[in-house]
Amino acid sequence: MNSLIIKNGRVIDPANNIDEVRDVFVVGGKIATAAAQDAEVIEAAGRIVTPGLIDMHVHLREPGRSDKETFATGTLCAARGGFTSVVCMPNTTPVADNTGTIAFMKQRAAEAACVNVFPTGAITKELKGEELAPIGSLEKAGVVAVTDDGHCVQNNELMRRAVEYAKMFQLPVLDHCQDYNLVADGVMNEGHWSAALGLRGWPSIGEDVIVARNILIAEQVDWHIHCQHISSARSVELIRQAKKRGIKISGEACPHHFTLTEECVKIYDTNYKMNPPLRTEHDRDALLAGLADDTLEIIGSDHAPHCSYEKEVEFDFAPFGIIGLETELALSLELVRKKILSLRALVEKFTVNPARLLRLQEGTLSVGANADITVIDPEREWTYDVAQTASKSRNSPFHGWKLRGRALTTVVKGNVVWRETEK
Amino acid sequence: MTTTSWNHKDLLGIQDLTVDEINCLLDTATAFKQVGERAVKKVPSLRGKTMVNLFIEPSTRTRTSFELAAKRLSADVINITTSASSIVKGETLKDTALNLQALNTDIIVIRHSAAGAPHFLSRLLKASVINAGDGAHEHPTQALLDAFTIREKKGHIAGLNVTILGDILYSRVARSNIWLLTKLGAHVTLAGPSTLVPRVFEEFGCRVTHDIDEAIRDADVINLLRIQHERQRMTMFPSIGEYAAMFGLNKERFARTKPDAMIMHPGPINRGIEIDSEIADCGRSVILEQVTNGLAVRMAVLFLCAGGKHSPEGAE
Repeated sequence: MNSLIIKNGRVIDPANNIDEVRDVFVVGGKIATAAAQDAEVIEAAGRIVTPGLIDMHVHLREPGRSDKETFATGTLCAARGGFTSVVCMPNTTPVADNTGTIAFMKQRAAEAACVNVFPTGAITKELKGEELAPIGSLEKAGVVAVTDDGHCVQNNELMRRAVEYAKMFQLPVLDHCQDYNLVADGVMNEGHWSAALGLRGWPSIGEDVIVARNILIAEQVDWHIHCQHISSARSVELIRQAKKRGIKISGEACPHHFTLTEECVKIYDTNYKMNPPLRTEHDRDALLAGLADDTLEIIGSDHAPHCSYEKEVEFDFAPFGIIGLETELALSLELVRKKILSLRALVEKFTVNPARLLRLQEGTLSVGANADITVIDPEREWTYDVAQTASKSRNSPFHGWKLRGRALTTVVKGNVVWRETEK
Repeated sequence: MTTTSWNHKDLLGIQDLTVDEINCLLDTATAFKQVGERAVKKVPSLRGKTMVNLFIEPSTRTRTSFELAAKRLSADVINITTSASSIVKGETLKDTALNLQALNTDIIVIRHSAAGAPHFLSRLLKASVINAGDGAHEHPTQALLDAFTIREKKGHIAGLNVTILGDILYSRVARSNIWLLTKLGAHVTLAGPSTLVPRVFEEFGCRVTHDIDEAIRDADVINLLRIQHERQRMTMFPSIGEYAAMFGLNKERFARTKPDAMIMHPGPINRGIEIDSEIADCGRSVILEQVTNGLAVRMAVLFLCAGGKHSPEGAE
């Protein structure tokens, strides 16, 4: 059990500076130097073999909204998408602002999850942006970061104290960057299409102001703030300049933001409603440039499941967000085909970069490490059909898309948790 | 009368219509206007058809106009308003609409605070969906009746200078008028405070100015819009008083307009704010004629979308 030989694949393991055709051995659920006798052989000639991919921006909806997603269904989506680790957000019911909820999540992960689940805790109680959550206790309970994702701490003094306090526990602070006054009740990017469609605008500056605020706080406190799902060109430039000055700031891009633009909203399909919103071609180009020069060092899906009946409403009234774990890898491999990223750079954004930020042991094929491995066929063509999703929800704008690139085998601690069997 | 240019079951907006389709609607409305001037104002064109007025936002003019239009076409009419519907019990728009369709409704006329609500329904329903105003997006029958009125009074639309003055950002009337007037070759100027008339509207083929005197000086038609309190963020201008002083059409400004400049307003009017009360009632104001024409336009829209069998002439 738990012994594998993954043969003849092109192994890309940035943590060990490896990019060559070789075998990977798994013995007893760990990466090993030689094969066990009873090892299962997985033929990987012509395939890419990487450390198991990490998605550090996922909503598993448990506890509270298990009608949308559960640890079982959400992590199966992850496995099918090639992800062996997910970082789940704290905007559950109850909010993960207390050790009991974190303990519950860890228990559910142990019982039901097929990939590694790393919970985050809230920055503020009930995500209200008013009082600090017990960040120290949350760290003891096992969170890997704190965030009010879905919400944004508006009070700059409180945010400064949160970062100072989190630094004491070496916990990075992840921020959903949204100025509530500037954004108000906006539902799509402010610009040509919001004007044409009569929808209220969510202006880029509503993100940029908070990114700038975070840069100043990160500099002042000398601690990590990670800006989640960056969508605007100016935010990319702010982060780029701040990084040059050595400030502990980082940026994350989502496949929908670097693949789609605001024009998609013109048919009022609520599967194009997300927060932050799809933006302009100019913003999309800036995200691609930011991914290319590593200003945006991490790709995350912001996998946000919602029930069909919640999405099948007027655009104004629909919840923000889409599912993304199953389409993320194929949409990201498009960056390699378009020569925006090298394959190695892409793998870094899914492995060592999030692992370094969150201080995870994962994201490497080092001997002795947990055997989390993804085998990818970067050229496999397939059509995404939401009727076949592992998610409990169906809210994807990529339904019916012909995609290229797919995880064929996903291995977590030496166990094969997903095997592509089609064709 | 030609109806060959029309083959849609829905009227969702002006933006997607061709010039031929717009002219077809306007020509059909001309025929129906004559029906409204007869002693017997009713024709059997939609006899046996059922129309539901689904108004999920308040309205006087548009709802009454659609109801009367349907009745003059001999359709059966049901009115639903939010406060008296199951929407207050939490029923979704989708379920409400599917239930109405289950009653074999032929036409659903929808007014909704959310942009795109009619488009959403049109994808769900076999029934005709007519947009009677969706959020800040479109109000196609208002633009059609405005164009009908301009054409009737001025003889043509192409080449006219039309100034739309007021709260453009939150106005569905403005958007539908912009699409229609630019398609038919008018020169459209948008005027009002910079916060409510952003430059982005230049991308739709309009001129944008914040100088009201300059905006109305050469105008053949001045269309005034009210401030949309219900869709307004509170930070767009200092006060109603300042708005009236800076951008209202007062007597002094009116005196500097062209002598044949026509004054329009989609209603409801806020007298003393966007328009001086006496100007609203003066001889160059066509505000009430717009209402009369609205009935003819809506009869034409219902007739064409529901595939009415008898032309107005044949209904004698």
